[in-house]
Amino acid sequence: MGTKGVKNSRRDFLKKTAIVGGGTIAASLLNPFDAVLIASEDPGDKSKVWWGYVIDIDKCIGCGRCANACKTENDVPKEPFFFRTWVEHYTINNDGDVHVESPNGGIDGFEQTLDKDDVFKTFFVPKMCNHCHKSPCVQVCQVGATYDTPDGVVLVDDKYCIGCRYCVQACPYGCRYIHPEKKVADKCTLCYHRISKGKTTACIEVCPTSARMIGNLNDEKGPLVKFLKNHNCLVLKPHLNTASKLFYNSLNAEVR
Amino acid sequence: MPPQLKRLLPAFIIFILLFLVLKYYLTPETFGEKGHYRYSSIAEVQNIDMKYAGMDKCNECHDDKVEELGMDVHADLSCEACHGPGLTHAENDGDYEILIPTEREFCALCHSKNISRSTRIITQINILEHNTGKKCIDCHNPHMPWELKE
Repeated sequence: MGTKGVKNSRRDFLKKTAIVGGGTIAASLLNPFDAVLIASEDPGDKSKVWWGYVIDIDKCIGCGRCANACKTENDVPKEPFFFRTWVEHYTINNDGDVHVESPNGGIDGFEQTLDKDDVFKTFFVPKMCNHCHKSPCVQVCQVGATYDTPDGVVLVDDKYCIGCRYCVQACPYGCRYIHPEKKVADKCTLCYHRISKGKTTACIEVCPTSARMIGNLNDEKGPLVKFLKNHNCLVLKPHLNTASKLFYNSLNAEVR
Repeated sequence: MPPQLKRLLPAFIIFILLFLVLKYYLTPETFGEKGHYRYSSIAEVQNIDMKYAGMDKCNECHDDKVEELGMDVHADLSCEACHGPGLTHAENDGDYEILIPTEREFCALCHSKNISRSTRIITQINILEHNTGKKCIDCHNPHMPWELKE
């Protein structure tokens, strides 16, 4: 032992560090580590279905039939704070104040409480799960009870969910709730039991003005992609990079 | 091999083996087949029973009504928008009654005056002034609302 030994071990140490560090960087170049995409499956195969959804705010009349039908079809508890889809009534007055209300999700209808002359702009916004491709809810689920199906629908495995509420907290759109009887997370399934049998969703079935639309985002000649081409559609909270697949036509910047 | 390691090694091996055994028994079937979830739960969600039949199903028996409805302003309406879910009704030869809403409030859900609604999209009336005390369907046929009853 002596100065020589120390020198050698330092050289060894540097060599090893260079190999490990360089190797990690080289490996990450070969296969980029995408922390976000790793949570969900890539759309990949363009020949398969990749579900998307459009809501046309111009057409929505706020009748609340969608929220009502959704509750019936999916056995959502009738209490006025459990919803898989609901309608919000936005009113912007002349001072720029924004009022948002959604009494019983819109099922019992809406009344305009502000005087007509005070109103600058007013409209209805139906809300539901955005079926994000990079879902925050899927990323936080520690047991793998919520997931993105290969055709792009975010589902909950109610037999495997432990009801920890992480996903309810994580959803930036407030689309999840804890089912009061099953004690597990519950949310819009895009009527997966209907769309996989060739039917349309319950909310679309009953919408009297065709304000809602479902379709295949991989079908470039399909009605959904055509609608997206011809209209200026936006997603909610785009800065969160959730890759939402629910598109809104005529979305006002005040909508959160 | 240093003696500390010699003693600890079996403990580590036992710990790892125990972990693998537990993982084998605790991981549900089909977990991880397509991703970090139980693949068979997709089929479970798909097999949930439907309640809304869809208009094709209504058309099988009530084609006259569907044709009436499709003639003008209510053409975009689905039967079940007003009549509620109808799959049990359809599958049991009409044994289970569907809803027949008659109250003014039901029509008002869509047709009451509200400045949030576009007049281009929907005809609106002031429900507090328009023929109060009468039912909408006393004058209007909901399947053909452009025709006034006598």
